[in-house]
Amino acid sequence: MSTRITVDPITRIEGHLRIDVEINDEGQVSKSWSSGQMWRGIENILIGRDPKEAWTYTQRFCGVCTTIHAITSVRAVEDALNLEVPLNAHLVRNIIQAAHALQDHIVHFYHLSAVDWVDVVSALDADPVATSKLAESLSGWSLNGPHEMKAVQDRLKTFVKSGQLGPFASGYWGHPAMKLPPEVNLMAVAHYLQALDVQQYANKIVAILGGKTPHIQNVAVGGISNSISHDAPSVLNIERLMLIEGFIDKLDHFVKTAYMTDVPAIGAFYLDWTGYGKGVTNYLSVPDCPTDTKLLDFELPGGYIQNGDLSTFKRIDDWSNEYFRKGVAESSKHAWYEGDQALHPWKGTTNPQYTDFQDEGQYSWIKAPTFYGERAEVGPLADVHVGLASGHKGYTEYTHQAVDVIKTVSKNPDIPLSALQSTIGRHAARAIRAGVMVDNLRSQWQALMDNVATGDEDTFNAPEFPKGEISGVGIHQAPRGTLSHWIVIEDAKIKNYQAVVPSTWNAGARDANDQIGPYEASLMGNPIADPEKPLEVLRTVHSFDPCIACSIHLVDTEQKEIVKVKAL
Amino acid sequence: MAENEFNFSELEKRLGVNRRTFLKFCTGVAASLGLPTSAAVAMAEAVADIKKRPPVIWLHGQECTGPTEALLRSEQPSMEHLILDLISLDYHQTLDSGAGHQVEDMKKKSMHDNKGKYLLVIEGAIPEKDNGIYCKIAGETMTDLTREAAEHAAAIVAYGSCASWGGVQSASPNPTGATGAPQFLKDKTVLTIPGCPPNPANFIGSVLYFVTFGKLPPIDDKGRPKWAYGRLVHENCYRRPHFDAGRFATEFGDEGHKKGWCLYKMGCKGPETYNNCSSLEYNNIGGQVWPVGVGHPCFGCSEKGVGFNKPLFSLAEVITHTPPNMFPTIEDREDASGITAGAAALAGAAVGAAIGATAMSAKKLDETQSNSNTDKS
Repeated sequence: MSTRITVDPITRIEGHLRIDVEINDEGQVSKSWSSGQMWRGIENILIGRDPKEAWTYTQRFCGVCTTIHAITSVRAVEDALNLEVPLNAHLVRNIIQAAHALQDHIVHFYHLSAVDWVDVVSALDADPVATSKLAESLSGWSLNGPHEMKAVQDRLKTFVKSGQLGPFASGYWGHPAMKLPPEVNLMAVAHYLQALDVQQYANKIVAILGGKTPHIQNVAVGGISNSISHDAPSVLNIERLMLIEGFIDKLDHFVKTAYMTDVPAIGAFYLDWTGYGKGVTNYLSVPDCPTDTKLLDFELPGGYIQNGDLSTFKRIDDWSNEYFRKGVAESSKHAWYEGDQALHPWKGTTNPQYTDFQDEGQYSWIKAPTFYGERAEVGPLADVHVGLASGHKGYTEYTHQAVDVIKTVSKNPDIPLSALQSTIGRHAARAIRAGVMVDNLRSQWQALMDNVATGDEDTFNAPEFPKGEISGVGIHQAPRGTLSHWIVIEDAKIKNYQAVVPSTWNAGARDANDQIGPYEASLMGNPIADPEKPLEVLRTVHSFDPCIACSIHLVDTEQKEIVKVKAL
Repeated sequence: MAENEFNFSELEKRLGVNRRTFLKFCTGVAASLGLPTSAAVAMAEAVADIKKRPPVIWLHGQECTGPTEALLRSEQPSMEHLILDLISLDYHQTLDSGAGHQVEDMKKKSMHDNKGKYLLVIEGAIPEKDNGIYCKIAGETMTDLTREAAEHAAAIVAYGSCASWGGVQSASPNPTGATGAPQFLKDKTVLTIPGCPPNPANFIGSVLYFVTFGKLPPIDDKGRPKWAYGRLVHENCYRRPHFDAGRFATEFGDEGHKKGWCLYKMGCKGPETYNNCSSLEYNNIGGQVWPVGVGHPCFGCSEKGVGFNKPLFSLAEVITHTPPNMFPTIEDREDASGITAGAAALAGAAVGAAIGATAMSAKKLDETQSNSNTDKS
């Protein structure tokens, strides 16, 4: 006899996600479904519009993944036009990308997923002095003092005493799967509150360059809107750049002493979770942060790895890479659109066909992307694998550093690298990537300073659209992984637009060959201690950092008939 | 009540801000609302009082979570203070610790226990087409959930352009019938905080007003609080003197653009967008951190019929005007290159009409405001 659980809504994510699992007699997940529950049709809205303004629409795919769909959209148009973009513009975009990635990773761990592992109520029983001592023994983060821990605990006590627990009222406090000692819980709660301030440093960097966040506005096909001048009241000058540097220093301190320590330290108490959440183990990542205008050199590596085996690594060197461009396809056999075949994004056709939830049929608004017919996981875990396989210095150093913390805290000297391929490993991978991104942020900033110092003030090359049809792809290594926007332009108007988004790769429904997707695969075999409170489902799904609004979109568009409702 | 009669020590401890900073914030909000200093003290007291925090039910429809992310960037006060000290956020999908039926039960319980007393916040549009199938939560459509929650709400706030008027997904051809809360809840008063996403200060300032006075602040005919949306972006823009003097940038990075000239001819929608971006700016940095401040035209993201509606680089309709009439008309001014003859004629007609009707620009500005901001409450 199996038990069916439906978790709807999945909370602490972006968007509307429903997860269904079947649990066997051993109390383990034996079947799973991932279902997106909202559709907006933004790509359809884009048809016929000016490609230069597509980014204003696509950025609104997501307010959590803000910036990425704007930058990727202009890259797609620039690729179609074969338009060279000034170096200053690439570097400003790279700084925004790195700063946003840090904000996104920090918020995801501390504010969206930590309470899957941290029992907030247990922190009330902690000894603040012992907590401080523990925290100080782990790292040099400057806000681990006993007074700080006491103040946090007092604040928590006042809040709990009020009886109005708001968003914390529904938490799984005291759940048998919660295993941290009270002092570790209090340390995590203190860092949760401190991280709220820290993420603002990243926001301020994005806003100084982007004009605001969420949703930047310095975006332009052909460059950026920030003009650079040192002898006129322009928008980007040495004063603004120095303001940014101060925030980089503060981010660097938190990421390297708190975030990169907290995750492996907490993970060390949950070593059993290195055995769950493995998923599909094919990893896809794309290169990003170009450092030259010919798009030959990239700071972040790309490539594809099969079956979790680094020796299968195939490098994706740059954005014109044919291996990547030809390998992507999407299937809607199990999604609420017509058609069964996996089609390349430039040729995709999609007409909504809603059927309500059918276990063996269609059950989601999220389609199923494949890479040469295989399901692939994207995101920090994929980025770390590709970073290691390509010999990237930062990924290599920080991965070993994280594994060392786990070994020390767990007093277990035998932690293989493959432990990363798990639910808890995805969090570790995100912390490792944060270390890489904070170094990247600093080097991109330095590169911009150096380039500006040569007297280069170029920020924009005006696009010119030819008659006839052209197509392009914009590529980006987003916080949640591989992102590509595919555009077809005819006579300076958008003819077709499709985004193949990280959460589409990971949250997608079963594909044309009925293979399950990364979320679904990672849930298989998870233990469920209490079907009424399926905390374990949340742990595994949250480890991917779901972003559902992003993942649901509509392609094609030449069809006038938009919607066919089958049943309600 | 004089400021020194009030004991702020408890408040200081709880909010983690000192009395001076907090009073300064309240005074700022009160001044924006046109209220005397005594009202600022009343606000501070309302927050300091440890009575029950007002319960808030927060619905997510078709949205990108931009407005909630904006709250995460708020500093006056921070989201942490908002949630721990100002309101009781009883249902919010992005923040709730529990999931599935646990949070759905919590929502029902709060709505039942606080019937007629909870604040309803709606983030995202409501898709009406095809019986609402395009957005479902816990098996229910957003249309049903919105009607249910609105029925016994003490007040309703639409937070963001999507909830205020439909937002990006309502752009033509509006595939899902995306609708704003005021249009969907026709018989209810809905306070709207448009913007994509809005400045979180506009939201929190209005929530603080509700916490203090037990009612919503004065609103205009589109449901927007007058304290935040009473003026056009154009009216307080730091590039405005260049508009008046006829100095325009025509392309990103050109000479005028480097010199910080007006972006009108690049399609800036500041002249037809009501918002406080140009005075409040974003992310509490200072030094012109807002779209026009980084050299990009405003695209009217908060204004119904402008954002996601008019082409990005098309000329705005100049609603209010504008420079004194001894200044040259727009087509005679310097640097009119780079735009088409048709666009220039269009601009000339709009501005010409405004100038023709203007004797005293200050007077006209006031009239325009009162016309577009009719009391609804």
